[in-house]
Amino acid sequence: MFTSPFVRKPASVQQVMFTVLVALVPGVAIYVSQFGPGIVVNLLIASLAAIAAEALVLWLRKKPVGLYVTDLSAVVTAWLIALAFPPIIPAWILILATVLAVVAVKHLYGGLGQNPFNPAMAAYCLMIVAYPSAMSQWPPAGWMDLATHWQHIVGGNMDAITGATPLDAMRTGVRGNATVHDVLQGNAFGVLGGAGWEYIGLGYLVGGLFMWWRKTITWHLPVAFLAGMAAISGLFWLIDSTRYASPLFHLASGGALLAAFFIVTDPVSGASTPRGKLIFAAGIGVIAYFIRTFGAYPDGIAFAVLLMNICVPLIDMKTQPAVFGHKGSNGGAS
Amino acid sequence: MIAGLFKFNGGVKPDTHKNESAQTPIRTAPMPARLFVPLRQSARTTARCIVQPGQKVLKGERIGVPDEFLGTAIHAPTSGTVIGVELHTMAHASGLGTRCVIIEADGEDRWIDHHGFDKVDATREDKLAWLRDCGVVGLGGATFPSHIKAGRGTGIDTLVLNGAECEPWITCDDRLMREQPADILAGALILQELVGATRIVVGIEDNKPEAIEAMRAAVKDTDGDITVTAIPSIYPAGGEKQLIRVLTGIEIPHGKLGADFGVQCFNVGTARAVYRAMAFGEPLISRVVTLTGNVEQPGNVDALIGTPVTDLIAQARPKADTNRTLLGGPMMGFELPAQDVPLGKGINCLIACSPSLFPPPPPEMNCIRCGACARACPADLQPFELYWFSRAKNFGKAQEYHLFDCIECGCCAYVCPSHIRLVDYYRFSKSEIWAREREKAAADAARDRFEFRNERQEREKREKAERLAAKAAATKAKLAEEAKAKEGESGADTGAKAGEDDAKAALIKAALERAKQQKAQVQAKNTDNLPPGVEAQIAEAEARRQAELAPEVPAQDTPPDAPEKQ
Repeated sequence: MFTSPFVRKPASVQQVMFTVLVALVPGVAIYVSQFGPGIVVNLLIASLAAIAAEALVLWLRKKPVGLYVTDLSAVVTAWLIALAFPPIIPAWILILATVLAVVAVKHLYGGLGQNPFNPAMAAYCLMIVAYPSAMSQWPPAGWMDLATHWQHIVGGNMDAITGATPLDAMRTGVRGNATVHDVLQGNAFGVLGGAGWEYIGLGYLVGGLFMWWRKTITWHLPVAFLAGMAAISGLFWLIDSTRYASPLFHLASGGALLAAFFIVTDPVSGASTPRGKLIFAAGIGVIAYFIRTFGAYPDGIAFAVLLMNICVPLIDMKTQPAVFGHKGSNGGAS
Repeated sequence: MIAGLFKFNGGVKPDTHKNESAQTPIRTAPMPARLFVPLRQSARTTARCIVQPGQKVLKGERIGVPDEFLGTAIHAPTSGTVIGVELHTMAHASGLGTRCVIIEADGEDRWIDHHGFDKVDATREDKLAWLRDCGVVGLGGATFPSHIKAGRGTGIDTLVLNGAECEPWITCDDRLMREQPADILAGALILQELVGATRIVVGIEDNKPEAIEAMRAAVKDTDGDITVTAIPSIYPAGGEKQLIRVLTGIEIPHGKLGADFGVQCFNVGTARAVYRAMAFGEPLISRVVTLTGNVEQPGNVDALIGTPVTDLIAQARPKADTNRTLLGGPMMGFELPAQDVPLGKGINCLIACSPSLFPPPPPEMNCIRCGACARACPADLQPFELYWFSRAKNFGKAQEYHLFDCIECGCCAYVCPSHIRLVDYYRFSKSEIWAREREKAAADAARDRFEFRNERQEREKREKAERLAAKAAATKAKLAEEAKAKEGESGADTGAKAGEDDAKAALIKAALERAKQQKAQVQAKNTDNLPPGVEAQIAEAEARRQAELAPEVPAQDTPPDAPEKQ
């Protein structure tokens, strides 16, 4: 005998995850147009690694393998890792990162929905700490054919072609007493941020709006993240615009837009109340800025996400919304 | 007047499936051979049966009388013979039985002599009693006695008439509003007078344009301050607190009633029943019920209370693959534990189910904290938090997160992409908390009993002491009296003080006397056949004792039998 409700919305975790993957497509398409089809290979490798790891752990944990593998959550993690990592990263690092994300960050905490940390970002942090040089090899903008790309990801021979990332160039340049204006003359920079990357960011923005329209995400997280980052970078920029890049540069550089719509919006490891979401995402934006500008790593979003993940239980606890009839307005005071 | 509509957060929009049953006029259900009239109709009380098996009853004759505060009367729905008063499965998810009066219909359907309420010299209390004796209860589902709700004293300015009917499939109120709007409004005006409201607001979901139209047309024929308001069709807009929020902007917190905020809410069907009772003296013996779902002929029927549900569903001709029956709507209703349960006053809908129409829920997956449930919750709760706490049996936390503000509307479970049966977790937590409360109450009662027993023993001891003290005082007074008398005899003019001293001395003397007697009475036991040496020892000891006894003088002036001060 079943109990009410007897009807349910035709929604499923699979649909939620599928919406996220669809929303990533515009960004990926622009990525391919700017850097060549190699990223698709990375997406494929990471997906296969994630599915294999997921299936294995589910089998070991005696969970329904078919049910959970097809929920696509592992694929979403894999795609985020592939898109956050340098495109010419050696395949074995990509696979290791994906397997660690699925096995250690997700399943060791209990599997889908139970992980306190964002799996993709935890994997990113692990890899950049373990393999800092490989993780900082970013190709300059420009079409790279599949064969060349393949050589890079299997051979790991990349020194010849890489240059500094915009964020890295900015950080080291400004530390070497160059002005922001001078640094921006470098060939790594495009219209707003890194050459080519601002268009990819636009693709993520389109995908994010799509998810918002489908109600997969609410506006709180992306808006608060971008606002937090803009506010703190704007403050420093106003203080000294020769030493601190503009808010627009920061929003258009690195993983800011990918993070705004796809990383900080991870419901599992993020804050869940409306006010909590604002605090959580703004916190990530602010911390990421400090790590970018004053820290040891070129892009601080991954560390910022993990740091704020730690705060989620507290944030959620302290930001519980008022319950119906307990709002103290409209005569409904209790 | 109302400036505009207010909103409540959340809510869902399931497929309404209203068209199936809303197309045809209300039919009268055929008379069943036997009626099983439950004696338990109003909230939480069972009426006392006043008929015997074998007794003939007329339609509308009272067969159950209210005993308790929340009770209402129960009437025979048709004329016939009472063939038994026994336990019968009731329309409740538990499948438990309730006492039912079983009436074999004689087919004549002969009314008892009945007439409308006589208004001459009638007080408000008389009217409320009339409603109680006509067995009028809320027909929206909760079957709360209407005379209690209408009898709520003062401070009510708005009467809300609930015609929202937000659950999918159900159309009985819709049809009633279309077909008998004048009766409904007449009942509403009676209720308005009883509660002392200045205005009436009728809330109807905007997916029932015909009902809104009919009600608005009927309002023109009345001279009351009645507004018919179309409200957005968002489930659960028909929840009493949600409806009040939408119409008046007032949020009624958990544990409070609309009446606490000047609003009293009645279902449209209840208003009609009130009118029938007051105008014609017709007790509540039938109601409109929607028959729909996996049936050939969905629609609404006016059926007698006590009609077996099987008979009703058969009316609508269920299709071959029908596998179960839902009572109420699919959001908050429940699966009937048996098909032969009788129609109760609160049953508004019966839905025949087939596996394709209501498929079993997909397997439950893990919560991904997506927050869809929180966005859908009309009570502004965080359902997934309650789910985590319920799963962890962390009931204290669940309560802290307002578990008991949950109205079990099912919106959260409806939207959950992980197909978690969220409401079941809350039901579990609530029942666990209630069980613990009961245990605690039992423990408290045991402790109270223990403490009361201790207190009683203390009190008895104290009372005994007081009695003894009083007795002693009486003795003292008596002795003093005697002493006085003696003094009087001797003619001495000693004062009261001397008399007192004498009394004391007499008391001491008396006490000494008694002590001496007691001690003298003490005799060594087992003194037969003792060896001479031992006898000598005893004699010696006895001599010593007697010697000690002689000079003893007590140093106190209270009698020896006076108790110690408590």
